[in-house]
Amino acid sequence: MSGPSEPFGGLEPTTGLRSEERSVASTLGRLRNIFRGQSAALFVVLVVLAVFFSALRPDAFPKIANVMNMATNASILIVLAVGSTFVILTGGIDLSINGVLVFSGVIAAMSMAAVGGDNPGVLLVGLVCGVGAGMVWGGMNGFLVAKARIPALIVTLGTMGMSLGLALLFTRGVDISDVPDSLVLTVGSGRMAGIPILVIITAVVFIIGTLVLRFTRFGRYTYAVGSSPEACRRVSIDVTAHLIKVYMLAGMLSGLAGYLSLARFATTTLSGHLTDNLQVIAGVVIGGTSLFGGSGGMMGTLIGVIIPVMLLDGFVVLGLPPFWQQIAVGAVLIGAVYFDQLRRELRSR
Amino acid sequence: MSDTPLIDARGIVRHFGHVQALQGADFSVGRGEIVGLVGDNGAGKSTLIRILSGTDRPDDGAIFVNGQEVHFGGPQDARAVGIETVYQDLALAPDLDAAANVFLGRELLKPGLLGRLGVLDNSRMVQQTGEAMVRLGVTIRPSAEVFTLSGGQRQSAAVARAAMWATSAILMDEPTANLGVKQTKGVLDLIRRVRDAGTAVVIISHNLPQILEITDRIVILRLGRSVGQVAASAACVDDLIRAMMSGVLRRQAT
Repeated sequence: MSGPSEPFGGLEPTTGLRSEERSVASTLGRLRNIFRGQSAALFVVLVVLAVFFSALRPDAFPKIANVMNMATNASILIVLAVGSTFVILTGGIDLSINGVLVFSGVIAAMSMAAVGGDNPGVLLVGLVCGVGAGMVWGGMNGFLVAKARIPALIVTLGTMGMSLGLALLFTRGVDISDVPDSLVLTVGSGRMAGIPILVIITAVVFIIGTLVLRFTRFGRYTYAVGSSPEACRRVSIDVTAHLIKVYMLAGMLSGLAGYLSLARFATTTLSGHLTDNLQVIAGVVIGGTSLFGGSGGMMGTLIGVIIPVMLLDGFVVLGLPPFWQQIAVGAVLIGAVYFDQLRRELRSR
Repeated sequence: MSDTPLIDARGIVRHFGHVQALQGADFSVGRGEIVGLVGDNGAGKSTLIRILSGTDRPDDGAIFVNGQEVHFGGPQDARAVGIETVYQDLALAPDLDAAANVFLGRELLKPGLLGRLGVLDNSRMVQQTGEAMVRLGVTIRPSAEVFTLSGGQRQSAAVARAAMWATSAILMDEPTANLGVKQTKGVLDLIRRVRDAGTAVVIISHNLPQILEITDRIVILRLGRSVGQVAASAACVDDLIRAMMSGVLRRQAT
């Protein structure tokens, strides 16, 4: 005989195990998934802005030259933002990307100058050294965040200062302009089928980043670690190793961005990237990736980076003070984070 | 249960400094059996479950699975012999969908080159999750993100995940804590179906009426020792409380 059965827990009339038999998501559903939530709304904002600026200055804004100019301006930020999306999805942050960018640019320039000459081999040496330098900084960030358990904000604030300081130390504060001409003429300002090579490289990085995040185990673990590190540990996923890899990836992309910056400006631009980290983080967050980790995506990041670039370009074309862009982006950023917070509160109910 | 028990833990000892959490506890569970583990706070229930799930190691004693002695160096060793654990906090990643959670840490990769590049075989994982859900009578869409599920559905997803991988036993810590009446019933029915499929189930709960309702047999722990066991059909709440407090059962069953 079993004991008296008492009501367990509360008495809320929950529906319990509802029948939710539905057919597999259609192709349309999948398409919607790519642009779901915030990035769908953002895409509309982007289109509205483009139409708005085009309507006011049809002679200047919707021209191919202007579009290419915007794409070029966005390209280095997008390379950085691909890495930052991975980092922020894990619930982390990387403030050091601009310092690492400048440091890697300096290393690339110095290594190419050390080898000397101007041929594809030299360019490759610069690329490997630049990306390698970025990877070392990224590995250090990852180790300090995941293994030493120091907050990412502090670790990367520290390494940002260290990498910038070392770059200034190595150059004695004077920009290195000894950059191979072929690098500047091809990667920096060359075009293929009318599209700047810089933009093509960025597109390739973005597409690979998107595929890795959406379709691979590495991407799945990035979301999982950001969503619940404890759930990952319980199923024997090496959370520490994954975090180190993610920060290394961000470091490598900062290194690549440094190399691209070197090619574009034909100099190391020691003081030209001071706010890149903040612009990138703003773009990723505006794009709907949660600062708490676990949700977001690359498509949002792309739009989130492009909107501020388009605003700046639009204000310049309209002859408005470009300072309005900073004000608008700041307000949008705060709004985006507030929106994310509301969404999280709603779903935890 | 005349044949060898599926899990047989004998004389398990575990101490943390001067605290004797377990002082020679015996515990066994057979195939297709639900065993409840009850005891006052500090009786050693959780420590015993942690040892059986591989997250903690005993200082002394032996564990046999299917008659073979095992030494768990970590949870992955327990999983390797088919023992899965459902933790009280469920250990689900809320942003991932049900299928991704079921396969978390055991993802299926596409065959060939794509698989070697780490590309996930999502359609196969969703399909297998769907089949398991149907088999277990759980109505959760494999593509539903966990944060969209109700408390009962989350609990069911966690149990279904364990049931999908457990070839021998499932250990559950408070499986119906924080659930409403109807949701609790759904989870208990699910646990019975898991048992009927031949899996051994071990449940820790403070909810004694529920333990009496769901289990076949109850093992009582007191001060780190097993002080008795009783068939659930031959006991009432007062018997269990008396045994937990004094170590003496009124009606001793074999």
